[in-house]
Amino acid sequence: MVAAAAMVLAACTPADPAGGDRTIKVAYQKTDSFTALDTMFQDAKKEFEAANEGVKVDLQPIQANDDDYGTKLALALRSPSTAPDVFYEDTFKVRSDVDAGYLLNLDSRLSGWGDWDKFDAGAKEAGKADDGGTYAVPLGTDTRAIWYNKKVLGAAGIGLPWRPSSWQDILDTARKIKASQPDVVPFNMYAGKGTGEGSVMQGFYELLYGTGAGLYDPDSKKWVVGSAGFKDSLTFLHTLYAENLAVPPAEALDPNIWKKVFGEWFPKAKLGATVEGSYAPSFWQKGGNYAWPEYGQDMAVAPFPTQDGTAPGAVSMSGGWTLAVGAETKQPDLAFNFLTTALNARNSLAFTVNSSQIAVRKDVAADPGYQSGNPFVKDVSDLVAVTRYRPATSDYPRISAAVQEATEAVITGSRTPEEAAADYDAAVAGIVGGDKTIRK
Amino acid sequence: MPASHRTRHALRYLPVLPAVVLLLVFLAGPVLWAFHASLTNAGLTGRHARNPDWVGLENYQRLFQDPVFPLSLALTLLFVAGSAILGQNVLGLALAVLMRRARPVVSATVGTAVVAAWVLPEIVAAFAAYAFFSRDGTLNQLLGSVGVAGTDWLYAVPMAAVVLANVWRGTAFSMLVYRSALGGVPGELTEAAQMDGAGAWQRLALITLPVIRGSIATNLMLVTLQTLAVFTLIWVMTGGGPATGSTTLPVLAYQEAFKFGDIGYGTAVASVLILIGAVFGAVYLRLLREQRP
Repeated sequence: MVAAAAMVLAACTPADPAGGDRTIKVAYQKTDSFTALDTMFQDAKKEFEAANEGVKVDLQPIQANDDDYGTKLALALRSPSTAPDVFYEDTFKVRSDVDAGYLLNLDSRLSGWGDWDKFDAGAKEAGKADDGGTYAVPLGTDTRAIWYNKKVLGAAGIGLPWRPSSWQDILDTARKIKASQPDVVPFNMYAGKGTGEGSVMQGFYELLYGTGAGLYDPDSKKWVVGSAGFKDSLTFLHTLYAENLAVPPAEALDPNIWKKVFGEWFPKAKLGATVEGSYAPSFWQKGGNYAWPEYGQDMAVAPFPTQDGTAPGAVSMSGGWTLAVGAETKQPDLAFNFLTTALNARNSLAFTVNSSQIAVRKDVAADPGYQSGNPFVKDVSDLVAVTRYRPATSDYPRISAAVQEATEAVITGSRTPEEAAADYDAAVAGIVGGDKTIRK
Repeated sequence: MPASHRTRHALRYLPVLPAVVLLLVFLAGPVLWAFHASLTNAGLTGRHARNPDWVGLENYQRLFQDPVFPLSLALTLLFVAGSAILGQNVLGLALAVLMRRARPVVSATVGTAVVAAWVLPEIVAAFAAYAFFSRDGTLNQLLGSVGVAGTDWLYAVPMAAVVLANVWRGTAFSMLVYRSALGGVPGELTEAAQMDGAGAWQRLALITLPVIRGSIATNLMLVTLQTLAVFTLIWVMTGGGPATGSTTLPVLAYQEAFKFGDIGYGTAVASVLILIGAVFGAVYLRLLREQRP
């Protein structure tokens, strides 16, 4: 009943509080550990209101985690009277939100914007829909790598800098750490439903895409089932957790485990290594949530290796966020102009550095302020060459949940890797239909 | 005169009109909307977000074939039976009976402690319960101080944890209902029974309970319906996990509708939940009616 009531409340919409013609509503995410975007919009609001007399920018930060932000935004977009004019949009939701008719096609406006040529061509792809049109402007991107504590690896007698060449290398190193420092977690990899999308983005997909297998076959537009790579990836997780090289399963399923990784275990040298995003320094740098002045000396980055070292030798996953304009905005020109102010070189640079993003504007990428933003900018930016993106179809959230369930089943030991892989295959067939799966 | 008679007849219902309108708008409206949405493929995003297609009973067909559904249904019934019917109801009655015999000081202290949990907003109570049962939580610290090793309660026994939390949170309501009901049991009746040699248990079972039967049925109905709808407490404490270990129907409906963006399927789950509530309601209403001679 509560759920039914919530849905109805979501469907009802309050009257537009602005009512006027010259107000731009801006919706975006803000959390206690993610304020860089709020800062960017505050600056852009001042700049834009000063340049356009009589225009008011109504900032509407949504305090929620990624999942809940997506839900709240989608609910607001369902009705034209609550839909924001400009909003922060996850790259992997762009396609399905364009399908839903939520996003305004920006092609004609972008061609008149001088700065558009300064955006990286690869990053621009993230804002394109199936019809080839561009509906969103990239804000930044990220990559994923192994972050390791040099003190812990050094104490275990591992040669530094560490660059594992295969999965076996990771296990060997983790076992050495375990042997030399029993109270340290040697190698953590997120898994299970607790950490949600984090379990697959910085965890399972680094394994899966390093086996030569994949999640989705773009040529046949079918989902891959029954691959040896899927089973091998689950087996790796199983080994890691069964040998206590990662955290206890009960702890891995806590949605807040990442806070301990960043705030407690790495700074206190209680964790050897983990797979995390390129944005990791944003937590540790000055003003970050878990400020740690020594992180530049104590931490280091290594690319995640492929299963047995086959070319290209490294795997990374990328996501990233964009800004988009609502399809039913009453003043599309004003909204687009605000978007260009928010994403101009100065604001982009400040945001990219504050949130440890990988730049998508070439002028920002070349800026000395960006390159010296944190000690790892070059390491993580180089991974753009090998990085992968999630298949952004509307079935993806369910597929991702099925992958998370498979990882949870193996780390808790409730299913063997073979059984969990078979469960996953059955789940995928149930989600997309047997004719949309392909055995590889 | 039939015409004026009819007018007077109609006018008699005028005072209840606002209540009826409110019920229609805020109760029947959402129920009908949910039922309608459950017959479509409405989504949060994607092609069917704004222009859903009519799919008939497809969502219900899918639901009844979904292996999670029977599990979720069983967990919901377990949650209601454990925390509402047995937990809150029985514990509330026991507290009310004992408080009548206790010294005023004891009675007031216990009453305050029990009501305190009820006064908390659900989200605060949920976080408090999470803090109590979690790995580094109060319970494990207490156990540790007497040398007993705790466990990961929310992971090892998620249903027991949420049932206990809901008993803690909701017992005050039953206790208050029963306190006032017990106050209405005529003293002469129990005294007479006592004179006839009835023991304390006999007096409770043969005199007190039959007299307050109406209150029992009303209380059961209210706590059952309230417990069926509990979402925040479970969502905050376990998120429905581990795996589907505490995914009751409200949690399932939320996940399907908002996490997977499948509003049609989520509202189908919600509609089934409404139906279960209606069945419980009908049974209790029958109980209420039977007590009248």
